[in-house]
Parts: sequence; structure tokens; C-alpha cells
Amino acid sequence: MIFKDFNPAEDKTFRIIDDDGKVINKTYLPELDNATIIKAYQSMLFARVADQMAVSYQRQGRMYTYPPILGQEALQIAAGMIIREEDWLVPAFREMGVMLAKGVTLKEIFLYYLGNEEGSNFSNANHVLPICVPIGSQLLHATGIAYSVKYQKKDEVVFPFIGDGGTSEGDFSEALNYAAVWQVPVVFTIQNNQYAISVPVRNQTKSVNLAVKAVAFGMPGIKVDGNDFFAMYVAYKTAFDYARAGNGPVLIEAYTYRKGAHTTSDDPSKYRTKAEEQSWEKADPLERMKKFMNINGISIENEEALIEQYKAEVDKQFEEAENFRPYELEDVFNHMYVEMPEDLKRQKANYEQYLSWKEKRK
Amino acid sequence: MSVMTMVQAINNALDIKLAEDKSIVMFGEDVGVEGGVFRVTEGLQKKYGVERVFDSPLAESAIVGTGLGMAMSGLRPVVELQFDGFTYPAFNQIISNVSRMNNRTRGRFKAPMVIRFPYGGAINAIEHHSESPEALYAHIPGIKVVIPSTPHDAKGLMISAIESDDPVIFMEPKRIYRAIKQEVSEEKFTIPIGKAKVLTEGSDVTVIAFGALIRECQKAMVMTKAAGISVELIDLRTIYPIDRETIVNSIKKTGRVVIVAEASESFSVGAELMAIANEEAFLSLEAPPKRVMGFDTIVPLAQGEPFYMISPDRIFYEIEKTVRY
Repeated sequence: MIFKDFNPAEDKTFRIIDDDGKVINKTYLPELDNATIIKAYQSMLFARVADQMAVSYQRQGRMYTYPPILGQEALQIAAGMIIREEDWLVPAFREMGVMLAKGVTLKEIFLYYLGNEEGSNFSNANHVLPICVPIGSQLLHATGIAYSVKYQKKDEVVFPFIGDGGTSEGDFSEALNYAAVWQVPVVFTIQNNQYAISVPVRNQTKSVNLAVKAVAFGMPGIKVDGNDFFAMYVAYKTAFDYARAGNGPVLIEAYTYRKGAHTTSDDPSKYRTKAEEQSWEKADPLERMKKFMNINGISIENEEALIEQYKAEVDKQFEEAENFRPYELEDVFNHMYVEMPEDLKRQKANYEQYLSWKEKRK
Repeated sequence: MSVMTMVQAINNALDIKLAEDKSIVMFGEDVGVEGGVFRVTEGLQKKYGVERVFDSPLAESAIVGTGLGMAMSGLRPVVELQFDGFTYPAFNQIISNVSRMNNRTRGRFKAPMVIRFPYGGAINAIEHHSESPEALYAHIPGIKVVIPSTPHDAKGLMISAIESDDPVIFMEPKRIYRAIKQEVSEEKFTIPIGKAKVLTEGSDVTVIAFGALIRECQKAMVMTKAAGISVELIDLRTIYPIDRETIVNSIKKTGRVVIVAEASESFSVGAELMAIANEEAFLSLEAPPKRVMGFDTIVPLAQGEPFYMISPDRIFYEIEKTVRY
């Protein structure tokens, strides 16, 4: 059982492949057929292409501030392969890979970062909450959803995400404690990408790792190499089975690295060295997966063409988001309440009077 | 004198106080190494050391709660909350403890601390980065709320805030952090908390605003001038304690008042100002007091923001209606 073999209190890290793509832990290597492995790699590649293009749209002035996922693809795609349609995804704001797997469209994600709330509607996806910017607060919602699931005797598991910085918020501890006390089906993921904007995780906590925080709440915790797709896949599968069987919550620390900036407004050179960034290059999740595939004779035909195809797809979805119907005054008001109060109707009518005055003045 | 943005002027104020008073400490998320996401505390950790200017773990309630502990035990913390919309986890500490400690202990424990944060919209941000919660904080007994509108004022008011023995919420209009440059003295100076400033004298209508919207009012006043309307513009500078005297004297003189602010209109600072107008200048009023304020909605994301934000056009429209009433 990985939870016993990789006890976070002993600061063990669960890994299956090393940086060269070699299997270092055969016992836990999942039995995945080649097609599945190729599919996983392609999903990671698609997420990376989409992410890099998102950054470039922002740089071109076509999109507003965006938080890149670069370097965190493996854990997200692994999660996406375990999370079923009926399961719940409760994201923070750096989970594009998981969101795509859950059926959220790139068009919707782009629409949000183009400054339109319609991008949080997720009309094609089931059981996905919108991104949650107030750090850590979403974890409590996840625990609440899991209570509903248990109460309604549904076969669903809840997958909330948080960053390393978020573990310092009170809501983090409260959510874990409640989930353990209620023994509800939650698989908490900490994407430990080493930085909360500029603050390194060593200044965030004196815990030996983040997974060990689970111990105090009375739930299993495991620190996993977040750039090792196979380890993440096995960790998610094990945690999912454990939570689904009614044993209560699990905490997964996905130990990874934010290769990009916190957001496109951030400049990492203010707080970390080039040398440090380079030292993580060899752990790049896509490179490692590819090395594994090479060693094991699994090949992707014509990757260049695939990337071009992905780029075209991303562009198409971005253009659809750009060409979404224009934002109207109604969009500011319509969803504030289920039933719009008279006072809001008055404010809207007054504003319309101003608009017609403005029109006449032209 | 040197030309400063508001970011530089606040940094300069913090620098002066750190040099002068060893009891001052500064912390918050990304405040130390990075110098804050808007660089307001840039260079201060290097100059004064990590014991005095430092990065906190990510927890707003803890920033304010530990700050209060420091304030009750001989220090004068100046803490930063990263954005307006991230102040709410600390709301419990502010409303339940910071604001009440002096009263609760009959003056035995004071809370001489400053809680700084950038506020306001029109920067095309995602949710929780565009809010104007001044009324939420001004509504709390025991708290002072200060909002500067220029680099000069930001410096003088910040020094006063740090020197106040009462806790001060210092809201910084992020939209004009770098948009206005102004000659500011490098020497220490203070601007009193609790005093508004008449920026332009006029006779037809009193316009009251604060923070980033002062500039929008001044743009509107180009139009009012062309229309032959004489505007008296008041910069509130301090939300609480509010300067009734300046406000009432002006309204009595002009007989009309238009209040301009970005926050949602209902139960707002605008509502308080209208109450003051009615309580103390009722017989001088020649038109109903008017608010030009945000809708009672969440500040929309970038595409919807232009509807929500108060434009000079809209300010002019409401001023003209009030004057022609």
C-alpha cells in the first residue's frame, strides 16, 4: 500500500520513473497499454501548447492576465484520467489541464481570461466548479460537496486543488479536519510548485513536506513526484479507490515546479535564480515521459505535425472566444440574483437613461 | 522635492518611518524579497533587514491577527493585504479584535497598526482584484479609514496613519499607483487624518469624491466649465472620521451635492454623505443630493467593467441634471 510505503512523516517521495525515464519502482508501475500512454502524453502536450499560446495571446495584448501551468502538466493529466464525469473538480486557478480533461473547453477558459464571466459557465462539463481566486477557500466547498455525496449515497468523489501557499490559510486546515471528521470522499491535491508568487515553500511552512499535514488530521497523505506521470496516476487511482470505498479523505502533495511566472503580471527573476530554474529542466514532465516512451519502444508519429494541429485547434478556440457576442449591460445585472431586486432594476434603468443621453450628444 | 508616483511616495513614507522608529515592522504576502506585487515596499527589506520587513506565510487573518499581537506589545506594525478582495479573510480579526481592543480594555491595550491594501477597479483584473470595500471598514466602530488621491497626500497621510495610536485602514487607489506623477517633498511631513480638502472652489454644486475618482471628477470639470457650471470639488481624504464641517459648509454654500465613488451605491459612503447633507444642510438644498456610484453588483470582469466604472461623462451628466433640477 503506497500510503504505508511512502510515509510522509519519513519524508518519502513516491516516484516510479526517474528523470531519465527509467523505471525505478517496478512494483507500482501501472499496467497501462501503449495507446493509453500515448493518449496521456498527447494530453500533456496539448495542455502545454494551449498554455504557451495563452501566454502569447496575453503578450500580444489579446488577453488579460493569465496563470500558466507550464511544468505541472503530468499531475494534471493523471488526475484527469482518474476523475470520472460524475466526480467533482474543485479547482484553484492553475488547473487548466484537469479542467480540459473534465470537459471544460479552451474557449470557455479563454473567454474568462478575456474578461467575460460567461467563461465560468462550463456548459459542456459536469460537476466542475469555477476557478477560485480567494486562496484556499474552495477546499471547504469540496468538503461540503463530499458531505452531500455521502448523504445522498452517490458514487462520486470530490477532487479539490490548492497550491503550496494555500496550505497556510486557515481554510485549508478547516477543510481537511471537517473531511476527516465526516469521513467523506475527498482527494485533496496540493500542487506544490515551490512558490506562492515570490515566497518559497521553505518560508511557508516548517513541516518536512506538505503531505505530512494529513497525519495531524487523521487521514492518509502522500508526497508524490508531481512530474512523474506514472506515480501521479497510481497515487490518484489509489486515493480515488480509498475515498470511493468510504474510508474518508486523502491528501496528495504533487511535488512539482512552476516553470513559468505566477501570472503573466509576475517576473520570477525578482525572487529566483536562473540556475534554480535550469536545475528543474531535467525533471520536465513531458521530457521524462518521452524518455520513458523511447526506452520502452512507444513512439509518437510525427510530433511536429501534431503540435501544428494542436496549435490550429487552440487558435480556433481562442478566436471563438474572441468572437463571442459582445458584452452587454444586461450581463452586468442578470445573474446577480436569481430574482432581480427592484432596486437593481432601477439602477439599470437610470444607467440606460444616461446611455441614451450620451447617444443624443454624439 | 522630487517627482514621485504614488507607489514611490508611499515607499518614501514607509522608508522615513522605518528609519525613524525601530518599533515599526512591515509584513505581508510578497512584501519582503519582491517588495510587494505593486512594489510599494521595494528595497525596504534590503535596507532594514528581514526582522523588520518580511514575507509572511499566505494567510490574511494571520497577518492582521499577529499584527494586532505586535501592536499590543510595543510594536507598530504596518501590514499589507495584497488586494481589496483578499482582505475578507482578515475581516474577522479587524471587526472582532483590532477595532475593539482599546475599548475592550479601557485603553490598557491599544492597536497602533496600519492595514494597507490596494483597492479599486479599471485595471482589467480577474475577480477579487477590483473592489472598493471602504464602507465595510468605515462601518466598523474603532477603525479609521484613509484614502489618498495623489502621491503627495499618500505620503503625508501614510505618515499620519503610522503615527496614529488608533488602527488605520489605508486604502491605496491602485489604478493611479503610477498614473499620476507629482513633485513631493523628500522631507517628513504629515497630513491630518479626519480633514477633507477643498480642491477647487465653486458656487453651483459641491462634488465630493476620493481616491482614484478625484481625477475622473477633474476630467468631468472640463465639461462643466464649458457648460458654465461652477463646481466645488472636495477630496474626502479620510472616510472615517468624516470631516462634517468641510462638507456641510460647502453644501450650505452651493445648495447642491453630487457624490462620486466606485463602490456599490446602497449602504455606502455615498449614503452617509447624503445623510449628512440632509441632517445638517437640509434647508440649504436646492436639489436632491445625488450619488454617482457603482451598481449593486460585483465589479464585472474586464469586458463588463466599462459599464460599471464611473466615467467623466457620467459624472458630468449627473452634475448637470442636479444643477438644472
